Amino acid sequence: MITKRIIPCLDVRNGRVVKGVNFQGLQDVNSPVELGKYYSDAGADELVFYDITASVEGRKLFTDILTEVASGIFIPLTVGGGINTLEDFDRVLKCGADKVSVNSGAIKNPSLINEAAEKYGNQCVVLSVDSKRVGEAYHVFLHGGREDTGMDTLQWIREGVSRGAGEVVLNSIDTDGVKKGFDLPMLKAVNEIVPVPVIASGGAGCVQDFIDLFQEIPDISAGLAASIFHFGEVRIDDLKKTLAAQGIAVRKV
Amino acid sequence: MIAIIDYGVGNLFSLKSSFHAIGTDAEVTADPKKITAASHVILPGVGAFGDAVAKLKERDLFDFVKAEAKSGKPFLGICLGMQLLFDRSMEYGEHEGLGLVPGEVLPIEGKIPEKLDIPHMGWNALDFAKDKAVSPLFRYIKEGDAVYFVHSYAAFHCEKNRIASAEYGIPLTAAVQNGNVYGTQFHPEKSGTVGLQILKAFSELS
Repeated sequence: MITKRIIPCLDVRNGRVVKGVNFQGLQDVNSPVELGKYYSDAGADELVFYDITASVEGRKLFTDILTEVASGIFIPLTVGGGINTLEDFDRVLKCGADKVSVNSGAIKNPSLINEAAEKYGNQCVVLSVDSKRVGEAYHVFLHGGREDTGMDTLQWIREGVSRGAGEVVLNSIDTDGVKKGFDLPMLKAVNEIVPVPVIASGGAGCVQDFIDLFQEIPDISAGLAASIFHFGEVRIDDLKKTLAAQGIAVRKV
Repeated sequence: MIAIIDYGVGNLFSLKSSFHAIGTDAEVTADPKKITAASHVILPGVGAFGDAVAKLKERDLFDFVKAEAKSGKPFLGICLGMQLLFDRSMEYGEHEGLGLVPGEVLPIEGKIPEKLDIPHMGWNALDFAKDKAVSPLFRYIKEGDAVYFVHSYAAFHCEKNRIASAEYGIPLTAAVQNGNVYGTQFHPEKSGTVGLQILKAFSELS
């Protein structure tokens, strides 16, 4: 039986993890290499690294460190942040990424999805969408929720998948950082219309939020979170044990 | 030495690091001399079947790879590399495969229940074939251990050589064996410790 994936997400700036993780036994709380290994050992099913670097030098540091991360962990690795061209895909794939996540780069140039899917396969192209309620609809937002593109979320995701995205990460701006649970209505709406796996993002604050996610939307593929894992509020091994006890299929650690 | 055949499809980075992690010498190469000299051969691959066959042929590797597999040394196809072992694939038209394992590669769409996502992506448990002894490939792992899959096509009509399947509405072919020729639909190099144990078992075959 296919298992529900639990995915920690790490923001990296200039080759260092932003908001370092505080765990005992970690010598360097900002090292993507140490954290990658830590999460992999703890039972994470995949890792997502977002490069939030703005400079060319910082980007170089990121790819160097990515190579090191990828050499030491043997679970799927998704990389996002600043992916605007096929060259960007190439750059991170060469360093050991398995999947590449596109967000604003695909909004500016939707054919990037087609080109990347054709060159690297659909499984390699992850469409990441920041979405927020506007009236009765959901809109796609840019710049961490500051700019409304006016695009309808469901329509954009449908288009992205038909262009070749093999997976969707749906991040709800409304629930992100609030820690009151995933945005179940939005996730349900999106999950119903796309034939590819959907990863829920934004809002997880405790173990119960993951139980609610997988019980309310049994077809959802994965749950992604950042700070609750990094600050030790939820431990991945504990989370998986609790999910398993609730009858939710997870990969045993 | 293990030769990982480089024919321009997919990312061989993790495969090479996996062998490094288990302390086995492996080289990514397209050089027939090196492949012939290797004790074990791996045929990797992601992407489309027809494209992969074309790339093997462009490099004059298609018949060579077939001969290597028939030479009797341990040979492992991974993901698309496993699919290439079969007689044919129906991915975007009909394509002839290497014909090393009887069976064919078909879309999972229409075969699995409609509500399930395609691709079959994520960690799924291995069910060993009931009608056979446990394959030497699995000597260090247990039935039920999860491995990482990502595919939209799968091998069918290959029950005779199927050594493991994974339940996704229906049992999907997860691994096959025909003598010295092995194939895994999943990615051992992305399957954590379980995957490394499978690669270790493969590297110890003689």
